[in-house]
Amino acid sequence: MLGLQEYLQSYHSYPAIKIVEWEEQEGLVDVPPRDLPEILSYCLDIRPRPIWLTHVVNDERQLGNGFCVYLVLHFPENDFSLTLVAKGIKDQFPTLSVIFPALNWSEREAQDLFGLQAVGHPNPRSLVLHPGWPLGFHPLRKDYKAGEEHKEFVRAPLVFPEMRGDGIFQVSVGPIHAGIIEPGHFRFYTLGEAVLHLEAQLFFTHKGIEKLLEGKSIEEGLHIIERVCGVCTVSHSLAYCAAVEKLASLEVPRKALLWRTILAELERVYNHVGDIGNMCAGVGLALGSANGSQCKENLQRLNLEFFGHRFLRGMVVPGGMKSIPGAQGSQAILNRLLGLSDDFEEWIPLLLGHEGFRQRAVATGILKTEVALDMGATGPTARASGIPIDWREFHAHLLYPELNVKAIVKQDGDCWSRLMVRVKETRESFRILNTLLREAMKGPEFDYDKPTFMALEEVKRMAPAWGCVESPKGTDVIWLMLDDECRIYRCRIRSASYANWPVVPLTVPGNIVPDFPLINKSFELCYSCCDR
Amino acid sequence: MLNMLLRKSKMGRLTEKGRNSLLLQTSADLPTCFRQSLQIRHLDCGSCNACDWEMTALSNSLYDHQHCGIDFVAAPRHADLLMCTGTGSTQLLNAAHETYEAMAKPKWVMAVGDCAVNGGVFKGAYASEEGIGEILPVDFKVPGCPPTPNDMMKALLQVMGKKVS
Repeated sequence: MLGLQEYLQSYHSYPAIKIVEWEEQEGLVDVPPRDLPEILSYCLDIRPRPIWLTHVVNDERQLGNGFCVYLVLHFPENDFSLTLVAKGIKDQFPTLSVIFPALNWSEREAQDLFGLQAVGHPNPRSLVLHPGWPLGFHPLRKDYKAGEEHKEFVRAPLVFPEMRGDGIFQVSVGPIHAGIIEPGHFRFYTLGEAVLHLEAQLFFTHKGIEKLLEGKSIEEGLHIIERVCGVCTVSHSLAYCAAVEKLASLEVPRKALLWRTILAELERVYNHVGDIGNMCAGVGLALGSANGSQCKENLQRLNLEFFGHRFLRGMVVPGGMKSIPGAQGSQAILNRLLGLSDDFEEWIPLLLGHEGFRQRAVATGILKTEVALDMGATGPTARASGIPIDWREFHAHLLYPELNVKAIVKQDGDCWSRLMVRVKETRESFRILNTLLREAMKGPEFDYDKPTFMALEEVKRMAPAWGCVESPKGTDVIWLMLDDECRIYRCRIRSASYANWPVVPLTVPGNIVPDFPLINKSFELCYSCCDR
Repeated sequence: MLNMLLRKSKMGRLTEKGRNSLLLQTSADLPTCFRQSLQIRHLDCGSCNACDWEMTALSNSLYDHQHCGIDFVAAPRHADLLMCTGTGSTQLLNAAHETYEAMAKPKWVMAVGDCAVNGGVFKGAYASEEGIGEILPVDFKVPGCPPTPNDMMKALLQVMGKKVS
């Protein structure tokens, strides 16, 4: 990363760039807002290309910094993360989404929630806040206190682009859907059966969690973070704890790291198995969805039995784990998993060999590699489009460096590739769990005490920290800043679904409307952790 | 037009009941014809997706709600019971009202999960109500974060006046 550091040091600007921190793995650099685009394009030209972790806007007017934009990039080659900070923004900042479209949504969100203007943004429509809120409602500004505005929300039509022409129809679907799924509005512009364009209007389940988190203690925050996404509980809480542990300089004992890794993999397995089943439901292949949901149920029952919660909530705490099973428990978990893995191998060939299913999934909903790169896609979505990004491989955390995890990549970017990535990752996770549980069975039996919460004096205040974990859907990032009383000052949740949702509408044109359920389910994104 | 408006406003009121009792109402309220077969519409009003997945789990082969005469239907027009999850997020309120109004009478509302019952951990968020009871007349409440499929199944059977072991 020498080149980058030298570039930044020799960069001429007024006020000059300030390198606040530059260590082996992390750097923090103050950049004047107007120079941000140029520096970002320099970073994006570095090969292998950096990935974006998060984009945070923070109201630091109380600290005399104005509004600040934090952009965290990760350079895979050296496992180096760079935070670019643009301070002193008054009411507008230069847009970055022209250079890097992945930031499109984040900047639109900043416009809505902070009332800032992203100058030059290609699509400055409101995103998070639907029309109908009172004028000047910018809830993430510090001078806004959560009040009664939601009572003033009025019914207002959603705004969609118009498309005219012979035989063009609009098909609107949602927000309430036919199945048991979350709310989102989709508008298909069709010509005959083929879809010309798709507009997705999300954020129906927007509750304002990021504002709610402000002023909460670290433990209260964890309670809420666990409930941002129902099925990525472990990933979100691990990312949050990683951020807290970074701020408090906490070391997590190896035993706890081991069990954290086991939990993360258990979460991946039950999600992937369920998602494979759901893809079958998307084409009406009952055989697959029945087997998938049954296998998922058994995995969730295992969660309940050994960890006390079907979604593994409440297990991860800052500094370690709430409790860990002993050698006997590990043996029992391993035996159950071996059985379930055999079961998985028994029913998976039934799907993969089903010609009808294959024909529906192959060449459907293609996400091109360049699009996935530009839009900053993550997780199985990106890996199925030929991009080898897996946070478990990129960044040394938990016990992943020892496990030799490699990103599983498929090149075609269609529904079938996304299915195959999930199938292979499930097998890989069963293998990882096997290794880890065997280690857990060995070693001296000892009583594990839940870590008592840290001495708050040693926690860094008003300093940014991020935590990052590969969830079943991609990389979840939590960005955290604590205030002087060690309460949450700002917490930004960039979930994998948030990074991946913008690519979904791009894969639909050219397919027919009935393929949409399959395409949607092949991404298997969560609305809740996207909307927050 | 006026008639339609009158009808709409009436429909909202006719089924209003007590809001805050945690006790399940006795199934005596349910006409006998619903005891054999209950058609349900799910409504996500800003949940974290956990309650919804548990509800989906009801249809797997280990719970198999259909053998109890329970089914999830695609349209509110066909539904007797609205199972609501989530706190009641502001941007979804209009759609939630419309879903409720589209249901034919008699109709019931079940709040599923702590968020739907009283807002859960999301109490005080700026774009959310504190529970679905603030916007729809709730008849039954199933607490839990999330309630397990067993809890939901028991609650549904109890509503139908069936024996629960």
